Amino acid sequence: MSRQPPGPPPPPIVQRLRIRYAKRGRLRFTSHRDVARMLERALRRAQIPMAFSAGFSPHPKLSYAGAAPTGVASEAEYLEIALAERRDPADVLAALDGALPPGIDILEVIEGVPGEGPSLAERIEASYWQIRLPGVAPDAAEQAAEHLLGMTEAPVQRATKDGFRTVDARSAIVSLRVGNGAPDGDVVPEIGACATLDLAVRHATPAVRPDDVLTALRTAAGLTTPVAPVVTRLAQGLLNDTSPGDADLLSDPLG
Amino acid sequence: MPVDSVFPRLEPLLPLVHKPVQYVGGELNATTKDWDDCPVRWALMYPDAYEVGLPNQGIQILYEVLNEQDGVLAERTYSVWPDLEALMREHDVPQFTVDSHRPVGSFDVLGVSFATELGYTNLLTALDLAGIPLTAADRTDGHPIVIAGGHAAFNPEPVAEFIDAAVLGDGEQASLTITAIIRGWKDEGSPDGRDGLLTRLAVSSVVYVPAFYEVSYLPDGRIQRVVPTRPGVPWRVSKHTVMDLDAWPYPKAPLVPLAETVHERYSVEIFRGCTRGCRFCQAGMITRPVRERSITTVGDMVQRGIAATGFDEVGLLSLSSADHSEIGEIAKGLADRYEGEQVSLSLPSTRVDAFNVTLADELTRGGRRSGLTFAPEGGSERMRRVINKMVTEDDLIRTVATAYGSGWRQVKLYFMCGLPTEEDDDVMQIAAMARRVIKTGREAAGRKDIRCTISIGAFVPKPHTPFQWAPQLDWQTVDRRLRALKGTVTHDREFGRSIGLRYHDGRPSIIEGLLSRGDRRVAPVIRKVWEAGARFDGWTEHFSFERWEQAASEVFADTPVSLDWYTTRERELAEVLPWDHLDAGLDKDWMWQDWQDALAGGEVDDCRWTPCYDCGVCPSMGTEIQVGPTGRPLLPLSPV
Repeated sequence: MSRQPPGPPPPPIVQRLRIRYAKRGRLRFTSHRDVARMLERALRRAQIPMAFSAGFSPHPKLSYAGAAPTGVASEAEYLEIALAERRDPADVLAALDGALPPGIDILEVIEGVPGEGPSLAERIEASYWQIRLPGVAPDAAEQAAEHLLGMTEAPVQRATKDGFRTVDARSAIVSLRVGNGAPDGDVVPEIGACATLDLAVRHATPAVRPDDVLTALRTAAGLTTPVAPVVTRLAQGLLNDTSPGDADLLSDPLG
Repeated sequence: MPVDSVFPRLEPLLPLVHKPVQYVGGELNATTKDWDDCPVRWALMYPDAYEVGLPNQGIQILYEVLNEQDGVLAERTYSVWPDLEALMREHDVPQFTVDSHRPVGSFDVLGVSFATELGYTNLLTALDLAGIPLTAADRTDGHPIVIAGGHAAFNPEPVAEFIDAAVLGDGEQASLTITAIIRGWKDEGSPDGRDGLLTRLAVSSVVYVPAFYEVSYLPDGRIQRVVPTRPGVPWRVSKHTVMDLDAWPYPKAPLVPLAETVHERYSVEIFRGCTRGCRFCQAGMITRPVRERSITTVGDMVQRGIAATGFDEVGLLSLSSADHSEIGEIAKGLADRYEGEQVSLSLPSTRVDAFNVTLADELTRGGRRSGLTFAPEGGSERMRRVINKMVTEDDLIRTVATAYGSGWRQVKLYFMCGLPTEEDDDVMQIAAMARRVIKTGREAAGRKDIRCTISIGAFVPKPHTPFQWAPQLDWQTVDRRLRALKGTVTHDREFGRSIGLRYHDGRPSIIEGLLSRGDRRVAPVIRKVWEAGARFDGWTEHFSFERWEQAASEVFADTPVSLDWYTTRERELAEVLPWDHLDAGLDKDWMWQDWQDALAGGEVDDCRWTPCYDCGVCPSMGTEIQVGPTGRPLLPLSPV
């Protein structure tokens, strides 16, 4: 007996759009699954003519480039969507952003032409993170960072649903610089001092997350963080040859 | 005075807890209003985790109804998991609303919807975290009025000590009446404080205020009588009934959760009430009479609801959805409208008959046909006569044959164990029925890979039903019968592997029984078990029967009552039941007669299509059954 669903095959893909979006404020506590569900609903509400996969339960064609972890904010999340009808990227930006809750914000939409140049995934090899450490003096953070950078490897344990696994938090670090961030209204006011970390990490398997680097700073370099750090991904892209720490350390994947 | 958000203090705790997104709010269609512009402020609580509470229709409806009013704001709060509760206590963060993260203790009203009695301990957690005294009598003018609603509020006596008031029945109009009374009282400068407000609410009979009634007991433990203690307070408090559902088309724009929740769909109630007369069914008894929403309103609500949410599933809700007088036209109209649009339609709560399969076929046109669910409830034909669920085994077999024949691969059957007069053999007949289902199904489908899943719950007698006098079956017997059934199915070589059997142990049902038919003397048990750590009692992994049993035996020591007294004891007609002063519109003599008929195996028909059998609702409530057909089509759509 045939297991094919009845009816004609789904309409073909006529356009691909590459999208940069931000995950901000309290919506940083969404998981990737939460964001994916939100985006699918927003696409439907915004009446974007998505292309669907064939089969008994058709899915809209979306592909995400590595998502920021739960609890981490981001100014640079990427996905590609496939449409069954052509749309002006500027209209899609406005409609989709309007259909999403504030905090998941669409920043940029461009047309991707298949076969021309590298794919979205091929345009991303590293992330640039900023970490705020409320209650941590910049001097203390500086010492810990120097200690970590002086190590050849820094194995840390991470809890997963299958138990603990070990990753090397040192080898993926491209650059790590300490700054002084003024205490802001989002954190407990009485905390006072607030160091910041500017961190560039190469994407590797297994992935090294900002959390792993923080764990290494705590366990191997003796840093103490009295309040939960606030992490934001500022950029993703290919590593440029310019000196580490520059604002344009990474090339723009949509550029 | 504006009330500060607790979010800055909550935020540093969120990276330390499981699924923090459930505490941040900010959902699509969430509403935040200016505190000082709104003289009446409601905190609405569903006393379970966000993932269960957010989709709750009752809360979503009241949230919209109240927020649509000028000068009224409503925000939502849910139970926090023990990991966050511990951190909140450590860091002194109070129970908060997810909309604006305002402290629950600052609101005028805390409205709590109890779909199940197992949420009572979660109410205590929320009150305690909010800084509201657990005992209503200890509250002062600065504390919110705590109002219980939902089906469990039809016997709020076990939590009477913890709540200020209870609302019976439909909440749409009642919540506005309460709001108007609070507003008037505040405008006058809050005369006589909290007591003054509660008196106004009680005298208007919009709510039941337990503190204004005194309960006395006989030496043997039974209730002697319940009397009002203040002038003007009614002897009996009646339920609220919204008669025209088309005038209340809520929810219009339901909340779209950020986190994953148990139901993610646009749900529209196609009617309220049910007159099938299943004797175990509290919902069917307390929501009478039947009130249909018209096909055109259903069509409009679905269109607007999908547009407002982006949901890809629509649920047509009611207690027995196939009973809507125009369900065929609704199903066809929606299937036509959304054909090819990746919107799926579902029809929960269907009865056993072939028409339902036709409907389900229509709703899944071109899509996957995975599972269909039916609820015969009783394992044997005799049992089904006792509970007035008029389905013969041949009906069921014909229905499932139709289902498997039209491409459905799995049929789920719901049953109860422990029904009045049940014997071992009544339960064992479930196995025989499942065998026949698979045998017939294989023939009808022409293939062997079909399945039948049997899901069995333990029966709990509920207030305001003909079984309110029935003895609940002890959990040991329930467990023994279910184990025996499981053994038979497992050892069935021919069909056993096609039959799945799901059941839980019978012990939680005994506690549900205690809380369902309990009276005010149960409150100390709830408090004690909560103090001993009880949280999320509806969740198997959090529930502890031993903890409840221990608390009950300590509290009931040296009294005429006990856990068994409240659960497995049969009641007599003459006994004053704890909820007799609360009026669901049902005539007590009729219910007693129906209980006697049940014991004799007699059946009653559905009064929608046959003569009235005098349950008492229509005359006592001044209401009537409202069914179509209207004869109108689902289309055209109204412009949005």
